[in-house]
Amino acid sequence: MLSALLAAAEEEASSPNPLIPAVYDIIWSAVCFAIILVFFVWKFLPAIRKTLDARAEAIEGGIKKAEVAQAEAAAALAQYQDQLAEGRAEAAKIREQARADGGKIIAELKEQASVEAARITAAAQAQIEAERQAALTSLRAEVGSLAIDLASGVIGQSLSDDKKASALVDQFLSDLESDEKAQAK
Amino acid sequence: MKLIPGRGQSILEFGYGFVRDQIVVGALGEKDGKRFEPLLITMFFFIVGMNITGIIPGINLAGSATAGLPIVLALVAYVVFMYAGIKKHPGAFFKNSLFPSGVPWPLYLIVTPIEFISTFLLRPITLFVRLLMNMVAGHMLLVLCFSATQFFFFSTDLPFTLFGAGTLAFGFVFTLFELLVAVLQAYVFTYLTAVYIQLALAEEH
Repeated sequence: MLSALLAAAEEEASSPNPLIPAVYDIIWSAVCFAIILVFFVWKFLPAIRKTLDARAEAIEGGIKKAEVAQAEAAAALAQYQDQLAEGRAEAAKIREQARADGGKIIAELKEQASVEAARITAAAQAQIEAERQAALTSLRAEVGSLAIDLASGVIGQSLSDDKKASALVDQFLSDLESDEKAQAK
Repeated sequence: MKLIPGRGQSILEFGYGFVRDQIVVGALGEKDGKRFEPLLITMFFFIVGMNITGIIPGINLAGSATAGLPIVLALVAYVVFMYAGIKKHPGAFFKNSLFPSGVPWPLYLIVTPIEFISTFLLRPITLFVRLLMNMVAGHMLLVLCFSATQFFFFSTDLPFTLFGAGTLAFGFVFTLFELLVAVLQAYVFTYLTAVYIQLALAEEH
């Protein structure tokens, strides 16, 4: 047995090639390699493939879900912004309308007030004019009759002494006063 | 690279994430980790690739089971942690390394040679020897198992032929073991490099 081993070793040593391993080395390591390879192909690879595919799917699903959520959020944001802009525009419109309405109302009131003032002024002027006319008319009539009364009195009395003249004038005036009093009654 | 990873990208991301979280950030922290991340990640996957050839039929020898590759990698780690230390503490790096503070001065007679040997000689040498010898030992074990299998199957008579099945089973187990060792040694090598960088960057030793 030992001599056979030595013979084999000698045989190997006689033709050494440093790059190529001994034939038995290649053969039996190939056997071990084949066993490991079979185990990998039959058992290990399917298991790890399943795991890796599941992980890829999970990551893909997660990313997709996040993308969907992000898109939804963006859509909601856009919608809110639209609504906000709409609301702002509406508010501006209402404000503008109110301002215009207010201006219109004020102008109307001003116009009304000036018309009223003009009307009142005109009425007052007309009344004053009428009263003046009335006073003028009555005065004219009174002055006439009074002058006639005074003249008749003057003619009826002697105008020589001053005492008599002044007494006449005094009497006329008192008559006039009493007349007025009686008229007032 | 896609946002939603496929199968290949998932595995790639897993590998990258493992190295970054476990080794780079784990040993160096976020800030310094970012600086040395390219080097350490390259180192890890390079060593894994070189180690794994040990169990691939037709190659049957790990790239790192010959002296050249571990020497180069150990030198890279050595230069990098020295560079990191000297750049961070210009002038004070060697003093911090050789004369640790808080030690009574007579003890420097003992401490300084020990620190010198452990930091500047043993670190690169252990990196080199650990990787090389792990891969050489693995290669030896596999060759032993497979050559024994060959011998028992084709050069012995019946009762002994059965031993071949046993040695083949051992060969299979050691193949799996080599798969583990390939990743483990890459992890250890990269992690130690990260730790050496971290020690060089630290304020006091």
